Amino acid sequence: MDSGNLALQYLLSGVTKGSIYAVVAIGFNLIYSATGVLNFAQGEFVMLGGMVAVTLAHFAPLPVALTGAVIIVALIGCLLELLFFRNLRRQSVLHLIIITIGLSIVIQEAALHIWDEKVRSLPYFSGNEVSSVKLWGAAISPQVLWVLGTVACTVALLHFFLKYTLQGRAMRACSSQPEAAMLAGINIGNMRTLAFGLSAGLGALAGCVISPITMTHYEMGGPLAIKGFAAAILGGLGNPMAAVAGGLLVGLLEAFSVSRLPAAYNDVTAFLVLLLVLFVRPHGLFGRASAESVREH
Amino acid sequence: MKKFFFALIGVCFLSYIGASTAFAASSKPVKIGAIFSVTGPAAFLGAPEAKTAKMLVDKINAEGGINGQKLELIIKDSGGSPEKAVSFAKQLIEEEKVLAIIGPSTSGETMQIKALCEENKMLLISCAAAEVIVNPLAKYVFKTPQKDSQAVTWIYRTMKEKGITKIAVLSGNDGFGSAGKKQCEDLAKTQGMEIVANEVYDRAATDLTDILTKVKGTPGVQAVLNWSIVPAQSIVAKNMKQIGLNVPLFQSHGFGNPKYVQQAGVAAEGTLFPAGRLLVVDELPDSHPQKKVLATYKSDYEKAYKEDVSTFGGHAYDALLVITTALKKAGQPDRDKVRDAIENLQGLVGTAGIFNFSPTDHTGLDLKAFEMLTVKDGKFTIYKK
Repeated sequence: MDSGNLALQYLLSGVTKGSIYAVVAIGFNLIYSATGVLNFAQGEFVMLGGMVAVTLAHFAPLPVALTGAVIIVALIGCLLELLFFRNLRRQSVLHLIIITIGLSIVIQEAALHIWDEKVRSLPYFSGNEVSSVKLWGAAISPQVLWVLGTVACTVALLHFFLKYTLQGRAMRACSSQPEAAMLAGINIGNMRTLAFGLSAGLGALAGCVISPITMTHYEMGGPLAIKGFAAAILGGLGNPMAAVAGGLLVGLLEAFSVSRLPAAYNDVTAFLVLLLVLFVRPHGLFGRASAESVREH
Repeated sequence: MKKFFFALIGVCFLSYIGASTAFAASSKPVKIGAIFSVTGPAAFLGAPEAKTAKMLVDKINAEGGINGQKLELIIKDSGGSPEKAVSFAKQLIEEEKVLAIIGPSTSGETMQIKALCEENKMLLISCAAAEVIVNPLAKYVFKTPQKDSQAVTWIYRTMKEKGITKIAVLSGNDGFGSAGKKQCEDLAKTQGMEIVANEVYDRAATDLTDILTKVKGTPGVQAVLNWSIVPAQSIVAKNMKQIGLNVPLFQSHGFGNPKYVQQAGVAAEGTLFPAGRLLVVDELPDSHPQKKVLATYKSDYEKAYKEDVSTFGGHAYDALLVITTALKKAGQPDRDKVRDAIENLQGLVGTAGIFNFSPTDHTGLDLKAFEMLTVKDGKFTIYKK
């Protein structure tokens, strides 16, 4: 394999991983944009989406299973917000973040008991485990194209939702000026529930589309959340397209690191670059300076 | 009159207690402790092991127990954590005072409790594979799986028969992967194999195309040897085919569950790995010494739990078999007598192979315990040259 092809193959491999991180980072971004909360249970929504879809796929065709999984997990997201966040007396963002960490542990254990410890996966949406699409001498699984397509559609839809619909604009109002939004008659609580539900649904969709590549199991949420979080921070919180850019960048950095150094260092490289970027641009590469720091309300 | 009446009640009461204690002592069950990683990253080992152990103990008790005494199995879930394994081991030794401990499921946990058990003269029959468990030898520590060094030797032998000498070794960054990697490196020197690419990846990795691209770009690679657990085993198989790396794939004996074949789908075809004969019991001739034990275990397990049997559960089966056979021979639940009996066990037919223990061999299995298997049409089958 000549070096041009090899470089292209590394690039495609970076895009594969990056698309997985991107699709998780979008969910992080959305909840942060709407509520200022960093939801560390986002990885668990991804896991739940995959698990529910695999179960549903036993007795329904794939598109039905996917839709069902997204709807069910979105409802779970809304339910979690109603149960744990709605009635808190002190709505401090720091408390909420810590609650999401606890939730991620509870969801993981619940998944272990409802399903079991075995690894499972959805069938490939097109082709099978060995199909590959040849691009200029390098090859990639068609499922990666599905992931990229999902990412693109999600970003486009979110952009449309947040900019042009009333609910979307209300959500943005809540995050930038909660008191003013309340005065304008927007129900902050409902907006937060909507944000959680939407983010959970997006996470579930991510979990379904990456399932043939990464395999779905009850413990997959933690590492994905960390990488997705790093990707969202690198891109800059507050902008869904920045999350995608961050994810792809982390993936490409890892692939580049593998090409030069022993593979064991790929995490080190990615996080080192993340730290360097944050020193120079604390708001991430594309983040706006107005993104708030975590403070008490 | 009152005094006499009370005295009579007292005597009756005391004699009742005395009688029931004596009765209980003669039918007291023999306690056997078990530490398995039923949940957590090694659950694919511990869950079938716990199920197998429960199933076998119930079967033995239904047939009357050993030497007229029933067995009581106390299973502790370590979750794969060596710290929990240590704490459970202490509990089983000091509070429950069990006759023996079977497990733990992983080599990392076993090494943490090896010294503790040896100090307390507690019999330990581990279900983990690393050579260091029995080398240096500890009087009370045994193990039932084949050694990882034996697995590597089998793989290298098959590779040389196929004319393969230059290989890429990929391993996960957990205990199993690092132990396997070390064996691959050490044995390569003495067995004439050259490792041209050697990469370690995170065991939770979701995609390995970048590492396989590196292997593809390394000149002279004739085969890939992957030493990891799920899900990476399936991911490597799929990624290799997806990026067009068409060399033979060898896996470790951790591939021993039909589910992994399903997960890798078509990409698993042609994978080669060493394993015990449990997975291909249907291909064994009836005259094979292991056929009856394997076939019975397979049908019992699949009927009881409605899931495929795996070689890992078999390690717990063998551990219990060793203890109960030795206990029968020793005649009483005395740790030293049972220990001596184990060391004299010869020709014991288990799931992993035929065990021949001795004072210097606490594994009991040799290279004949392994068979080279491959995947054909989605099923395990014996590899024929």
